[in-house]
Amino acid sequence: MEIIELEGEKAVVSRGGLKVRADVRFIDRPRKGDYVMVHAGFAIERVKPERAKEILEYVREMEELK
Amino acid sequence: MISTNEKLSARLRDAAAGMNLRLMEVCGTHTAAIFRSGLRSFLPAGIRLVAGPGCPVCVTPPETVDRAIALSRLKGVTIATFGDMLKVPGSASSLREERGRGADIRVIYSPLESLEFARAEPARKVVLLGVGFETTIAPAAAAVAEAARSGIGNFYFLSAGRRVIPAMEHLLKSGDFRIDGFICPGHASTVIGLGPYRRISRNFKVPCVIAGFEASEILAAVVELVLMIRDKRPAAVNLYRRVVAPRGNPRARRAISEAFRIVDAEWRGMGTIEKSGYALRRGFEAMDAGKRFEVVLPPPREPAGCLCGKVVSGAADPADCEFFGRGCTPERPLGPCMVASEGACAAWFRYGRFGPGPEAEPGKDTALKNQPDYEKSGLRI
Ligand code: SF4
Repeated sequence: MEIIELEGEKAVVSRGGLKVRADVRFIDRPRKGDYVMVHAGFAIERVKPERAKEILEYVREMEELK
Repeated sequence: MISTNEKLSARLRDAAAGMNLRLMEVCGTHTAAIFRSGLRSFLPAGIRLVAGPGCPVCVTPPETVDRAIALSRLKGVTIATFGDMLKVPGSASSLREERGRGADIRVIYSPLESLEFARAEPARKVVLLGVGFETTIAPAAAAVAEAARSGIGNFYFLSAGRRVIPAMEHLLKSGDFRIDGFICPGHASTVIGLGPYRRISRNFKVPCVIAGFEASEILAAVVELVLMIRDKRPAAVNLYRRVVAPRGNPRARRAISEAFRIVDAEWRGMGTIEKSGYALRRGFEAMDAGKRFEVVLPPPREPAGCLCGKVVSGAADPADCEFFGRGCTPERPLGPCMVASEGACAAWFRYGRFGPGPEAEPGKDTALKNQPDYEKSGLRI
């Protein structure tokens, strides 16, 4: 979910129009626009969109190794 | 074009030829995802996936539920907990039944909500029933720390938090049955990181792969496990790097260790596991609901005939239970494995033995209406 509002440790995160409050105290230097995984009202980890294709990469490596 | 899943399953068939393996998906969210996606139908006959102990509701012992029920019967007490806990059978009743009888039991999304209740209603004693693994216990720790910092005197905590690694080690040490590899939780691992799985793979020679929740991610984890087993190089691999950092989340771990100390804990059906639970640290004892309130508990009683304890340790399949679908259904659960959205019995019941199959279109399946909302449930592991 994307952080769309941020004030101290309190954030509003959104996905597909659904907005929820999330506490971001476990995230190192959170910023608006960061993607986070939210669990029990807390952003528990940053999601790295640049790694979105990791399974495709895994398959590619797997095919190369074969 | 050949899909990713087809490529993975072709590779799997090839690598797993002649093998007979039992792989455990530790986490209940994986169990639910596996059934929902119909992933089992992609697996060759020799690969068996078994459910594991990572379903918080399923492993919470009846004694904890009984204590929460007894507390809810005290005058002026409010119980705050996650939705799935309400239906879990205690020895003689459930929180849902108690709520029907007038007890003040509130479903929360974030542990911080219980602090809001305590602030808004200073005359009430608000007890947070803290169930879950590392990912849920870190938010609970934050609530405990904030209550202490703000001097909220009417907030209490009933601890039922669990650690995932000691349970995995316990299963390997008990040697009751074989586990050839672990599909490791996608959520709890965000907190603990890859390190603990490295120790498991080294000490027990059992490979571990952290996986996300898409069918392709779980399938890739199965492929990687099979390749490691075939090549006799058990290691810990993170295939969910877009979320799980190798060293986990140190801030969340610090929050946990500031509020809690590690203690031996009882797991439903698995007995006491060393260093597998959390208790409030010294200094926070004033908010320990387990100690601050005198209650009389009924003798702990498991639902008669329920195999949940075996189901969460991979020793039995839900269908081995005589009540499965006959007397125990998600609407009228006898045991916790049928209650939880992540419980193996509930997943088997909703999606059948193998899930809806690869052609099934989620959303068209009416059974999917009961689907848990993973973003909302506080109890994922
Ligand atoms: S089907 Fe019901 S009674 Fe049987 S093991 Fe599962 S939860 Fe327990």
